[in-house]
Amino acid sequence: MGCGAVGSLFAANLAQLEDVEVWAYDLSQPHVDAINAYGLRLTGAGEVAAHVRATTDPAALPTCDFGIVATKAMHTESAVTVSAPALASAAVASVQNGVGNEEVIAHHVTRVIRGTTFPAGKILEPGVVQWDVKGDTTLGPFEPSPAHIGEIERLADACTRSGMPTAAVADARPAQWRKVIFNAATNPVGALTGLTHGRVCERPDLRALVSALVGEGKAVATAQGITLDADPEELIDHAAKPEVAYDHKASMLQDVEARRETEIDFLNGGIGRFGRELGVPTPLNDAVTQLVKALEDSWH
Amino acid sequence: MIESVCVVGAGTIGSLFAGHLAQVADVSVLTRRREHADALCEHGLRISGRSDLHARVRATSDPGELPDVDLAIIACKGTDLDDAASSLAGRLPGATLMTVQNGLGAEEVVRRHGDWPLLSAITFMSGTRHSDTEVEYVLDTPTWLGPHEAAPRERAEEVAALIVSSGLKAEAFADLRPAQWSKLIFNATVNGVAALTGLPHDRHFAAENEGDGLGRLVRRLMDEGKAVAVAAGVPPGEDPWEMNIHATQRGSTHRPSMLEDVEANRPTEVESINGALVREAERTGVRAPLQRALYALVRGKEASYS
Repeated sequence: MGCGAVGSLFAANLAQLEDVEVWAYDLSQPHVDAINAYGLRLTGAGEVAAHVRATTDPAALPTCDFGIVATKAMHTESAVTVSAPALASAAVASVQNGVGNEEVIAHHVTRVIRGTTFPAGKILEPGVVQWDVKGDTTLGPFEPSPAHIGEIERLADACTRSGMPTAAVADARPAQWRKVIFNAATNPVGALTGLTHGRVCERPDLRALVSALVGEGKAVATAQGITLDADPEELIDHAAKPEVAYDHKASMLQDVEARRETEIDFLNGGIGRFGRELGVPTPLNDAVTQLVKALEDSWH
Repeated sequence: MIESVCVVGAGTIGSLFAGHLAQVADVSVLTRRREHADALCEHGLRISGRSDLHARVRATSDPGELPDVDLAIIACKGTDLDDAASSLAGRLPGATLMTVQNGLGAEEVVRRHGDWPLLSAITFMSGTRHSDTEVEYVLDTPTWLGPHEAAPRERAEEVAALIVSSGLKAEAFADLRPAQWSKLIFNATVNGVAALTGLPHDRHFAAENEGDGLGRLVRRLMDEGKAVAVAAGVPPGEDPWEMNIHATQRGSTHRPSMLEDVEANRPTEVESINGALVREAERTGVRAPLQRALYALVRGKEASYS
């Protein structure tokens, strides 16, 4: 569900396997038409040409064993609602950004997989995706409405065999919260200022704001009993190095420059929602959420 | 009696003062650009909107050509203030100087360059500059002024009366600092949020009902500012939040100068507005994490120009 950059990486790689049949559901008719006519092609970090069946019509989807939701976070509800019949007996994984996606998926299907993925890319043209970086994926049960550990392992094994290294774990929350804290601390600061990751980090006042956002996110994770698997502060400093991602424009900054709706509700907004439920104050995450939403409002 | 006035800086606010005061006093104007002075001398200054005036003014870009005057209104942007005040050093021996810059600290900057009697002022009027010689008077909200240091209160009252007689609104106060703080808190918040979001000062700034309504953030930012003012020993006069509500219900939406500046990739007044507030917070030991974040983000936005 959602055959953008990340969805295409999963779809094209998994379609290489003889024991897997892949269907892609996406709203872009040109992308879907190109995939059906010429296949789905990855280029960059890996060269893959895959036979994938694609559709813009959820009624055309067959009954599936697994679902992988890779839409932008704000489109989860609509994508899963329309594809619920095909997913009625499936275990469904989110590989999306932010927190709160699994909760939405669980409104429509019973066996949900909490997922976090680091590979990234971008669509070059319909049917062709640039694979920018390889990276690991972590899958685990969504605790309130979990998939069986056996089927999580089956999906992880298929992903790994296809070239997308994936671990099935008992608790997927540490990886997910590490990623959301990293993204929520860096994306809105880049989006609001227009600065690349490296330039944000070399300004002491902005780096202090990033740290304060990280601190609130860590407090919300701790209140849930989550021990992060790596310190977001170290990851942020590492990414700021010239040879790593100094010149990287956060995806939210790219969204803002293109005047596309951002995933703020599932990054800082998600941290704020979990914080409120747990009684942990998140004033800075709330503030940047309000600023980015107001920025989106300025386009209408 | 105030019979002669020099307006330093002919941006929107300076032009509104010059065009109106020329109706009741001899007005000279000091501009930064020579072409601007030439255009004013040749065509005069036209004020449209809430006034309909055509004023003859004497304009120059050379401070050495300024006549001595009774009153000088320093109406340049805060970022140009130090240069403007230094160009007046040793001149205008008979003048009272009045600062109308946003933020805090304009009086101290001017004081470094001479021992003129000083008046503090803040202005709420606004306009739109159509050309070097044509400015539209948009919001007819008042200018507030008061004596700085030992300047006599009567001088402030005299200047307020002159401004009122010229067709603008003005009021004199014995102590302007509470009003200055109200406007500082209002400006730091509204200008900073507008510059980052691209929104003009409109209904979003008062929207508190929804969970992520921008008005909630605006209120929290203003609450932090009020705590700083109290700690600095100057409880704000008018409540900045009430000023915000009032301004967003007026019907016409205002584009704060900091928003216009970032859209044009110009330096903003963030240092004399948000910087002044955050430095006061540090001096008084008040935690102001949201104002501090706003300040850092606007400075970051300025850094992104290059």
